[in-house]
Amino acid sequence: MTYFAKPKLLRPDTPKNALGYTRRDYEGAISSLCAGCGHDSISAAVVQACFDLDIQPHRVAKLSGIGCSSKTPDYFLGNSHGFNTTHGRMPSVLTGAALANRDLIYLGVSGDGDSASIGIGQFAHAMRRGVDMTYLVENNGVYGLTKGQFSATADKGSKNKRGVVNTDSPIDLVALALQLGATYVARSFSGDKEQLIPLIKGALRHRGPAFIDVISPCVTFNNHAGSTKSYDYVREHNDAVNRLDFILPRDQIEASYAPGELRRVVQHDGSILLLRKLKTDYDPTDRVGAMNHLQERHAIGEIVTGLLFVDSTSESMHRHLNTVEKPLNQLGDAYLCPGNHALEALNASLR
Amino acid sequence: MKADTSPKTLQRCNDFVIKFANINGSGSASANELFARAVMRMGVPIAPRNIFPSNIQGMPTWYEMRVSGAGWLGRRGGCDLMVAMNPQTWDRDIAEIAPGGYLLYDSTKNLPRSRFRSDVVVLGLPLTEMCNSEYTDPRQRLLFKNIMYVGALTALLNMEFAVVEKLIAEQYRGKDKLIGANVNALKLGYDAAQEVLPCPIGLQVERANGVGDKIFINGNNACGLGAVYGGATVAAWYPITPSTPVIEAFSSYCRKYRTDPDNGKARYAVVQAEDELASIGMVIGAAWNGARAFTATSGPGISLMQEFFGLAYFAEVPVVVFDVQRGGPSTGMPTRTQQSDLIACAYASHGDTKHVLLFPEDPYECFTLGAQAFDLAERLQTPVFVLLDLDIGMNDSLCQPFEWDDQRRYDRGKVMSAAELEAGKNFGRYLDVDGDGIPWRTIPGTHPTKGAFFSRGTTRNAYAKYSEAGTDYVYNMERLRRKFETAKKILPQPVVRCAAQPTRHGAIYYGSTSPAMAEAFAQLNEQGIQIDLLRVRAFPFADAVIDFIAAHDVVFVVEQNESGQLRMLLLTEGEVDPKKLLRVLHYDGTPITASFISGRIAAALDAHKVSPIRKVAS
Ligand SMILES: Cc1ncc(C[n+]2csc(CCOP(=O)(O)OP(=O)(O)O)c2C)c(N)n1
Ligand code: SF4
Ligand SMILES: [Mg+2]
Repeated sequence: MTYFAKPKLLRPDTPKNALGYTRRDYEGAISSLCAGCGHDSISAAVVQACFDLDIQPHRVAKLSGIGCSSKTPDYFLGNSHGFNTTHGRMPSVLTGAALANRDLIYLGVSGDGDSASIGIGQFAHAMRRGVDMTYLVENNGVYGLTKGQFSATADKGSKNKRGVVNTDSPIDLVALALQLGATYVARSFSGDKEQLIPLIKGALRHRGPAFIDVISPCVTFNNHAGSTKSYDYVREHNDAVNRLDFILPRDQIEASYAPGELRRVVQHDGSILLLRKLKTDYDPTDRVGAMNHLQERHAIGEIVTGLLFVDSTSESMHRHLNTVEKPLNQLGDAYLCPGNHALEALNASLR
Repeated sequence: MKADTSPKTLQRCNDFVIKFANINGSGSASANELFARAVMRMGVPIAPRNIFPSNIQGMPTWYEMRVSGAGWLGRRGGCDLMVAMNPQTWDRDIAEIAPGGYLLYDSTKNLPRSRFRSDVVVLGLPLTEMCNSEYTDPRQRLLFKNIMYVGALTALLNMEFAVVEKLIAEQYRGKDKLIGANVNALKLGYDAAQEVLPCPIGLQVERANGVGDKIFINGNNACGLGAVYGGATVAAWYPITPSTPVIEAFSSYCRKYRTDPDNGKARYAVVQAEDELASIGMVIGAAWNGARAFTATSGPGISLMQEFFGLAYFAEVPVVVFDVQRGGPSTGMPTRTQQSDLIACAYASHGDTKHVLLFPEDPYECFTLGAQAFDLAERLQTPVFVLLDLDIGMNDSLCQPFEWDDQRRYDRGKVMSAAELEAGKNFGRYLDVDGDGIPWRTIPGTHPTKGAFFSRGTTRNAYAKYSEAGTDYVYNMERLRRKFETAKKILPQPVVRCAAQPTRHGAIYYGSTSPAMAEAFAQLNEQGIQIDLLRVRAFPFADAVIDFIAAHDVVFVVEQNESGQLRMLLLTEGEVDPKKLLRVLHYDGTPITASFISGRIAAALDAHKVSPIRKVAS
């Protein structure tokens, strides 16, 4: 969905969240993407998730690489600082930002070309390093911005618009994220906001690297028959393992489901991930099981979606580095400079 | 002419070069340093240099140490006394000794006469044999052999035994057993030399007053310390010789000075990235988010960081990069020195970029400019490169002691606060409100509804809103140009040293060339050649640099690279007549020497007299 110029006046009955903000306060500039582009739906989901979570917009830092997908941070959270970095390098810039201030919420937005092709190294290392972030890949199987070349997530046998068949094996970023130590791993579909919004919420409130691969059809270059990233194909092959309800600590209400259908995971901040099982034998806290399931379903052409893995005991990079609680960018001179006295002692040891 | 078979042996006090030929990883480094410090403690200036291969163990390595009562710290070249401890390099080591010089070697194994030179004084001590009879542990046998030759040198050079002894005691303070064992080895070497060798030899160290309160440290450590004092909290890096020790030093000084006394937590973060693309990316992210951040690297790393330098330049993110320059690619001369990254850094990246470069001359300036780099980066909101080289970085050198003005506060530049935003101050991220080309910035998370912006390259207007309009682009480029005019005024100014008499000849140099240039200046003066000197400390060049060129007919540009990179920058930026700038280039990987510089300059001026170049109006 493309945003149109927004009316300035708010209707008095416009819903507000606990902070008194309306959804509008979480929106950004008007999107310049193609009408119908999956990426715009993901932007809308981000807006909704932040609104629902009562996040102070300026407490989010949004960073992206290069691509149509990476343009989107301009189109949501207009009161947040953002950084449109270089192609494939969002993870490192975000890592540095997170080092500087551990108190902000970091949202990294990338594309499949950005993360699986040019940026696969940085993607992998951000997962390994335990960067406290939500990493969204808006996955359309092509390079939208450079007009439709296959990306590294394009399935083998998938056809481009001119009928050319992709012969290279695909990279599944979800499988990699699992293997590399991400502690919250999900896949969703831009056309299913019921599934996507709670997944984004859970990720934003997760500590450690939270990765969501969102299949997001490119209507201009990859939405035809023969593509495995088209709206139709994804709808037909969507194999959801569970449905997530995200519950803030303050709204603890048990939903009424038959026992055995439900799985509760409590995150470090008390937020609850309530999972309705769609596959009875699927355990989202079993990393190896998740990897196996993924491989099996992939082999038969299914796209596994849902919250695939979560580790509620996750740690973050700052914990590993044992940094002070106060953000590094707020330490004053007195905390940083040892002063002349220390130099005198040092000089004496160097003679 | 008949060869002189009774060589006149060298007779020199506090003025010679001693070279240690060792095997990498044999523990010789600390013994050599012990010797160096002993000479220094006797008040005699020294200038040691490591010559080492890109290898960890088993390869030849040399420690070349100049003893100079006059205080010349540049490399002199040549060798007056060789301590030949590496059989692999024996022949070339022997060949290198100056006629009349000395050779100290391990005489345990008998060598045929043909392996020696007749014009060199041969001093043999059976070091291995002595060690084998004294120690049973193979490690001790290896390590104490080094201490033994230090003992022998103490006797041969007529040094004060007590000085060396005291240094050992300081080094192993609190570990009495180690002190005893080391002093014992020292004494064994000392006594053996006294007994069987003609002590003292013609080269001697005599107590003097040439060191004063100077300190002895290498540039890499000083950079690490400068980053601590400069307030850096984030360092991201990828290992590469010769810059790795900058980060190691930063980390260890941070552990010492930046560990919270209450809870042991770190007031800094050091992250070893997966490559240089990631390390500079992290530094940019941290700096964008308001932390002082830096990386340290060398040529190949600079190459990998190119795209990001362009982003940091145009998004105006204040990052600091220490580039410890060395030769060529990874398989270039990674353990040899050069000043060959100037062009790669000055205009690094795509588009019309230009970067601030700082050129420290020694460890003292590595510290001061290293710290100042963070103020400059934030004041100018642009990348700042501190360009040192392997010679300064990896070699301990005597320099002025460090000091810090406790009244000094970090200059965080133009950062708009929440209160200013709240008060309604106009914020346009790329707006030139003050006329100096430097815009205001906000740090993420500052204000709930004001001051947020989306950083990107140049497709934006002065308010950081998306724009591809040519007028917005031109406005931005003109502002950047003004910013770099401002930079010229606030960057470290050049240092000028005038000849005794007025002259139309000048020389420009920078960085590690400094000590050799100072000595060359004296040598030329002795030859009656008057020449004014200017040491460049920063790029873009201060007006004083261009004025200096204008005030002279001929200006030598002395550098340690093959293409004359500073000269190229002077020609481009200063619009100088190329004929005025004569190259003096040294680039074989060894540090430049005074005799090289004075020789080239004298020869050029000589040639000049024959066919004078066209006078250029100044
Ligand atoms: C270093 C570099 N190489 C190439 C490009 C050109 N480029 C821009 S976007 C893009 C591909 C983006 O693909 P993807 O991440 O999948 O994003 P999408 O547009 O599909 O959302 C490429 C190759 C670039 N900007 N930088
Ligand atoms: S080209 Fe494709 S990815 Fe880019 S905006 Fe259009 S539909 Fe979206
Ligand atoms: Mg794509």
